[in-house]
Amino acid sequence: MEIINLIKSRPFIQALAAIIANANIKGFFTGKIWRGKSKLVCVPGLNCYSCPGAIGSCPIGALQAVIGGNKHNFSFYVIGIIIFFGVTLGRLICGFLCMFGFIQDLLYKIKVPKLKIPPKVDVPMRWLKYIVLLVAVIVLPKFLVNQFGIAPPYFCQWICPAGTLEGGIPLIMKNEGLRSMLGFLFNWKMGVLIFIMLTSVFTYRPFCKYICPLGAIYSFFNGLSFYQMNVAKEICNGCKICERKCNMNVEITKNINSPECIRCGECKKACKKGAITSGFCLKSRKPDSEFQGQM
Amino acid sequence: MIERINLYSKYGLFITSILFITFGVLREEHSVVLKKAINICFECIGLG
Repeated sequence: MEIINLIKSRPFIQALAAIIANANIKGFFTGKIWRGKSKLVCVPGLNCYSCPGAIGSCPIGALQAVIGGNKHNFSFYVIGIIIFFGVTLGRLICGFLCMFGFIQDLLYKIKVPKLKIPPKVDVPMRWLKYIVLLVAVIVLPKFLVNQFGIAPPYFCQWICPAGTLEGGIPLIMKNEGLRSMLGFLFNWKMGVLIFIMLTSVFTYRPFCKYICPLGAIYSFFNGLSFYQMNVAKEICNGCKICERKCNMNVEITKNINSPECIRCGECKKACKKGAITSGFCLKSRKPDSEFQGQM
Repeated sequence: MIERINLYSKYGLFITSILFITFGVLREEHSVVLKKAINICFECIGLG
């Protein structure tokens, strides 16, 4: 029974997803990245394809590669993959399948006094990830191109801490040639990584809340995805323990499928009445109190 | 009514995703993704 509970636990699923997405363990020892055809497919979470272990492509990196290239202005392939993941799972991907989300979760477990960001600051800052998506992932790679019509992946280049952590550090440790190329950009990216990792110790998932463009895309699907959460209003006694437990500050009793919900399930665990359910809903979603989804 | 729109939307998006992926493969976008992914992305790791 304990083993089954362990397998069903979120940290176990997160660790398993991280291992599967980075199954080329040999790459960490040789300092070489995987060059197999599995990289044709994007993984659901933010996972740098220059990580020596990565066996799939990062959706945000792939999107910028196609938009920023000189062959296509729009990527039906990558957008199609992202819509597929989004409409199936929504931000369950952020909660369970994203390696960088998992790392932030682990950092938040460090026992230090936690910082509560006031709603006056928190709410407007949530919009930042949509700006990052629009500017760094779509507009700049499309319009700020060189004489050959090619643009660098601006988000990956200047912002993405996952690339530095999963790709940069392991590759630089193993390759002397790469170490000789270190300069301002690497120092900048290390600064961004250290800042995000430090803030992750004091506040829950700052990168996911405020910066991640992939989370921003998946947030559009939270209300529409096949995977849904529900509060049974006839069972709920309005104690709001679920909202106090929610690290993403979702107003669960008002909108449990909020764009900010990463479906971590902490609210469901906290609810003593068992009013919160979650599961795949293939048919027309009935009003909240009649919804029968289970997980 | 809203539930029905929601249902149509999710199935519509699901079908759209499959069509997009298929169309993207026909345009050989997947080879652009592969080419980028199998080589070290210097920008991503902070060197380029």
